[in-house]
Amino acid sequence: MTSSDYLSLALVVVILGVWEGATRLMDIPVFILPPPSVILVTAVTRASLILPHAAITLLEIVLGILLALCTAVPLATLMFAKPALEKALAPFLVASQAVPVFALAPLLVVWLGYGIASKVFMAWIIIFFPITVSLLSGLKNCDPAYRVLFRLMGASFYDTFIRLYWPWALPQFFSGLRVGVSVATIGAVIGEWVGAQQGLGFLMIQSNARLQVDLVFAVILWLSVMGLGMWTLVGLLEKRVVKWKPI
Amino acid sequence: MMPLPMVTRSAGGPLTAFVFIRFEGCMLKISGAAKTYGGQPIFSQFCLTVGQGRFNVLVGPSGCGKSTLFDGLTQVISLDRGDISWKGISLPHLGNHAAYMQQKDLLLPWFSLLDNALLPAKVGKSPIPEMTLTAKFLFKRMGLAGYENYLPHEVSGGMRQRCALVRTLMFNRDLILLDEPLSALDAITRRRLQSLLLLLQTEFNKTILMITHDIEEALLLADEVYLLSPSPMEITQRFVLDQKKPRKFTDPGLMAIKEQVLIQLEGKEL
Repeated sequence: MTSSDYLSLALVVVILGVWEGATRLMDIPVFILPPPSVILVTAVTRASLILPHAAITLLEIVLGILLALCTAVPLATLMFAKPALEKALAPFLVASQAVPVFALAPLLVVWLGYGIASKVFMAWIIIFFPITVSLLSGLKNCDPAYRVLFRLMGASFYDTFIRLYWPWALPQFFSGLRVGVSVATIGAVIGEWVGAQQGLGFLMIQSNARLQVDLVFAVILWLSVMGLGMWTLVGLLEKRVVKWKPI
Repeated sequence: MMPLPMVTRSAGGPLTAFVFIRFEGCMLKISGAAKTYGGQPIFSQFCLTVGQGRFNVLVGPSGCGKSTLFDGLTQVISLDRGDISWKGISLPHLGNHAAYMQQKDLLLPWFSLLDNALLPAKVGKSPIPEMTLTAKFLFKRMGLAGYENYLPHEVSGGMRQRCALVRTLMFNRDLILLDEPLSALDAITRRRLQSLLLLLQTEFNKTILMITHDIEEALLLADEVYLLSPSPMEITQRFVLDQKKPRKFTDPGLMAIKEQVLIQLEGKEL
């Protein structure tokens, strides 16, 4: 562990300690703010209730990520190959992010139903943008000297793309993907809040209504574990794929 | 500019022992080249010829427009005016006839050294097994044997530049443009690679046009050295060096020329 690891560990301990001490000293009821120890116990003892819901949410997020990859990669490539297209599409891309997902959620439930489709779509909207933008900028910042080299070799766009542009953009693609997976939970959970029969968002709303605040916090804890897990997974994948030192 | 003398010279292997210089005495001929940037003429009326199998070197202060000229030859930029002819045929640029090597090695960091060297073959759809044999032979010739599967960041700058040299040869083109190919290397590595650059001419029969700042490098390698002056870039003096290669600095003939070159360059600065 590095010194920065120790520092973040110390920070966590301090925050949890203050929280634990304050709730116990001030005798705050569990249905208002449970102490961390209670949350942790709930998260473990109620795992059999939480995990099936977590699996649904995870499925929604994973499908959202796959859908986002299938659309963001071709779109970024097209926008890179045809700058006119990039100019034409850029305003729409930005507009799609300016509209809050929260505003769309109820509509999506009306259109796509209470099943997982509306949540996958929500996750897709959120993940799609960072992947497209970072991949596009990665493709565009390729050193022109390399382009000249490829042109002198008589390389086609396809050759240049797979051997030069795509590997060049990979590190930036991965940082976009990392941002994407860490915010993907937002989309899925909001979708579940608005209308669902299962999933972590649904469970949160249910337990909140019953004043089971410890369960709400336990769900949040599991959500963060999920987000952190996916972040780590993408990091590992990047390490496996990008073995070279970026220029 | 005065015409090049008709010379026959040995260019290496037995088959090419006598190569007559045809095409009005030159392989590459640039005439009346002009380029203006923001109203400032970089060069206007620039002329240059390079004979078959010759190693010609341009020496001049930085910013005098040498690299702009190369950019024009390789279609990175388009020249305002000027005629480029290759083997007697007039061309808009040399994109399909020249291999280009620069100060930056431009190796792709995600490919092994061998895959980097094979890049021109892969892109050009040449038969890969044969080209792999060629590349491996060249690796041996350039002192890179055993490093075929290393990634570029795992080897030294000198080895990367050797690999770039192999790749340049793998273009399989008759003309090689060298834009300060060794200037990023330390002095000792540079001396070693200079002898490898010489192989381009003596063993592989390439016609070479090189840019350098290093006067000694120019004198060691060149058949002809052109001194350039800036704004607009012009050839101020031409030295023909007929000393046998490989050369040594201690050659009195070279020392005398070096002195002349230095006087010329210093005179310009004063």
